[in-house]
Amino acid sequence: MTLHFKKETFRDDYTFSNSPEAIRRFPFPFEKDEYMYSVNIEQHMPGPQKSAFEFPIDIDEHYVAEMEDRAKVLAQDPGRCQSLPHMITAEWDLLELLMESMSKHYPEHFQLTRDGDDWRWVNKPLGVDQRFVFGDVSTLPYPPMEYITRQCQGDFALLDQRLDNLWMDAGVITAQADWSLDFDIGMNFMEWHAPVPLAKDMGIFERALKFLMNLQQGRPVRRLNWTMTINPRLDTSPENYDKWGVERTTVTPENVGNKVHLRVELQAMWRLPRSNAIVFSIRAYMIKMEELVTVPKWGRRFHRVLRDVKPELAEYKGLTRYRQMTVDWLSKHDDGAPTSPGFAPD
Amino acid sequence: MSGGVEIPVVVSDIEQATPTVRRFRLTAASGQPLPHFAAGSHVVVMMESGERIIRNAYSLVDRAEDGSSYSIGVLKTRDSRGGSRFMHERVEVGSRLKISMPVNLFPVFAPGRRHLLVAGGIGVTPIYAMADELKRQGADYEIHYAVRDEAHGAFVGELRERHGDRLTLYRSDLSEVLAVREILPGQPFGTHLYVCGPQGMIDAVLEGGREAGWPKEHLHSEHFQAPPSGDPFSARLAKAGITCEVRSDQSLLEALEEAGVDAPFLCRGGACGQCEVAVVDADGELVHNDHYLSEDERSSGRKIMLCVSRLKGRELVLDL
Amino acid sequence: MITTSTFDSRPAYGGLSLDERAKSHLVVAEGDGASAVLDAFEDAPPSLARTTLLYAGPDGMAVRLAILGAAEFRRTSGRLDLMNRLDEVFATSKMGARLYVAGTESFIGEVIAKAATYGVVPQSVIAEQRGSLARRVQCVHCKHVDEEVTATPYACGGCGQSLFVRDHFSRRHAAFQGVRVDAEVPGEIPAAEELVQ
Repeated sequence: MTLHFKKETFRDDYTFSNSPEAIRRFPFPFEKDEYMYSVNIEQHMPGPQKSAFEFPIDIDEHYVAEMEDRAKVLAQDPGRCQSLPHMITAEWDLLELLMESMSKHYPEHFQLTRDGDDWRWVNKPLGVDQRFVFGDVSTLPYPPMEYITRQCQGDFALLDQRLDNLWMDAGVITAQADWSLDFDIGMNFMEWHAPVPLAKDMGIFERALKFLMNLQQGRPVRRLNWTMTINPRLDTSPENYDKWGVERTTVTPENVGNKVHLRVELQAMWRLPRSNAIVFSIRAYMIKMEELVTVPKWGRRFHRVLRDVKPELAEYKGLTRYRQMTVDWLSKHDDGAPTSPGFAPD
Repeated sequence: MSGGVEIPVVVSDIEQATPTVRRFRLTAASGQPLPHFAAGSHVVVMMESGERIIRNAYSLVDRAEDGSSYSIGVLKTRDSRGGSRFMHERVEVGSRLKISMPVNLFPVFAPGRRHLLVAGGIGVTPIYAMADELKRQGADYEIHYAVRDEAHGAFVGELRERHGDRLTLYRSDLSEVLAVREILPGQPFGTHLYVCGPQGMIDAVLEGGREAGWPKEHLHSEHFQAPPSGDPFSARLAKAGITCEVRSDQSLLEALEEAGVDAPFLCRGGACGQCEVAVVDADGELVHNDHYLSEDERSSGRKIMLCVSRLKGRELVLDL
Repeated sequence: MITTSTFDSRPAYGGLSLDERAKSHLVVAEGDGASAVLDAFEDAPPSLARTTLLYAGPDGMAVRLAILGAAEFRRTSGRLDLMNRLDEVFATSKMGARLYVAGTESFIGEVIAKAATYGVVPQSVIAEQRGSLARRVQCVHCKHVDEEVTATPYACGGCGQSLFVRDHFSRRHAAFQGVRVDAEVPGEIPAAEELVQ
């Protein structure tokens, strides 16, 4: 598949937008007209052609611009990429997983040649041609996790499994929805989920942890999560909240359609072979309200979901200041007609 | 969801490692490299024995450099379900088997400062892989391996060659005893211990560790066991409307599989929790043999692990 | 005193109780943590013969600990000095020793984090919180760490911004997380609330 990569920004002048094709393949996360937490984990199997689930690692028209944005974040704050010393094997596992998947499914853009441990990686969109020795850190310009994630869309966390828990001991997190790797690194599954309201009482995390501890090689799983972002900003980190928080107050009835974005995280999890670690990938997709309502079913449904979402959740997701204005705007795109089951456009 | 991905393999080599242990080299039938695995992993080997399929879990010893094969070590035992006998008597070079993807329920504690690997008999198989991995990482480790005599110690020569002085062998024919109280003192703060072997040995080592003042969090063991036999009973699946008989020589899980039910499983040794099922009714007493359910869950009588636990009584009704 | 955790990332410490099976005891305390050590060890002379005790804190408490009868007692000049000493102790200690920590939450966190770098499992450390319930807070923006934070919001000692103290605790930093309270509407700063009674 040959992709055309857009030139766009996720900060300052915010020129990011979705092409009509990108809108059609947007991973809309609501299969019903209401939303509540659930253990919505499913097998990460290949989905329909051209969907965001077609391949295990999805590369799209925003690839080059997102990688430029990541480089900027890492230049300003190297703490967004961290790895505890015992995670080096998992880092190599991750590099292999991403290089293999990207080169297999996007051979026009990425090529991997392996001769034993002598590897050659070609990344045409970013102009990379790198020979290195798998397992030898000194042959790459960055440690393996940082090296490959500077070339792959999505945030990544590596979870070590020990003492009947999962420990977030490494990660590259530059496009997060308000959590800090620097703060959370070294935490176990229960600890890093502590700030999430409601779900804890529902026993969601206990069940999710049990499930993930038994995750098998070759059987990746995925789930969708969502939040909202004002302006198409990838770096909604707590680190920079003092800079972007103010944007939440800039929404007016006139600019809702352009400023307010639904942000969906496609979270996929793989068991890694050599390290027995789990890679937890968090790939963010954003769509502005104007783009969303070009799919009538999504406009209707998102209006209903946002209108009825529980206040605690709205608060946690940071929607409070602009939720009503957005609901009002969306109401003009909801004629009350019934919506069909499932995620897909009609 | 049952055991997941199945990989067809061909037996490419059989080595009589000791009078009672054979090492089987399993080569991928597809010619594609087999997945890497983390030290301590096992695979479930599926053997077609006439009409039924025997599934036994075996720790992975190693993976060929080029990824073409794994090896496992199998002790000849009179296990009631016949897996070990099948491997020893029916499997030859060229035999075709299937294996599951590797699963690791016995991981190395990566941040550990030092690692003591303790093996007894056939329990050496995961320890072999763990020692290799620790050597590769340049970590600090010791191997303590108890065998009946040199001839009955599987892989002793290889271990000595690879790990030199780090290996200490205990031969019971020379009255050498692997005494935990002798190897535990003097280990640096932050050391972790791993033990795999007969249940009696595991219990003794863990107790010895606590006796030596080690925190339980630093003592790791492979709770891997063959399903115990017991009295026969009936299992009825409330949702599916199926009833099947569980023979004394098979596990509940195996009986369900024989009846064509695609039941969930992963380790088949009572450790992983994948095959947990809700009990609707039990005419008799639940015999819990797993290492997974909590005391409260056991005493509630509401849950059972299909792979190793059974009923002492007439009929068990499951929420399946 | 046993603190109860109201959320999952903040460890609940069960209090110092002697591990009878331990071959030796490494006891580390700061400030009011001394009183927890006295409570747990005062009536255990046989254990004290196998105890190494490190303390940073005021004279009065130090004297009481010194005469407790530990096989080895070291008083350090402060937390930094104590942490450096701790490296020597961990480097030379043997398994069979049990680690005990008593003091403020940030002190406990720092000791456990150091032990973890030696391969010690944090859950194996026996700890008791004593003394100030004030929090140690890391500013998520400038990463400055303030000790003894008693109210939220408070002014960050690094960047000066008004920080809301989140109920989210990192063992590695032994700190809570502080996030700017008026990022959305600069200047809109709610009245401070006490974090401790």
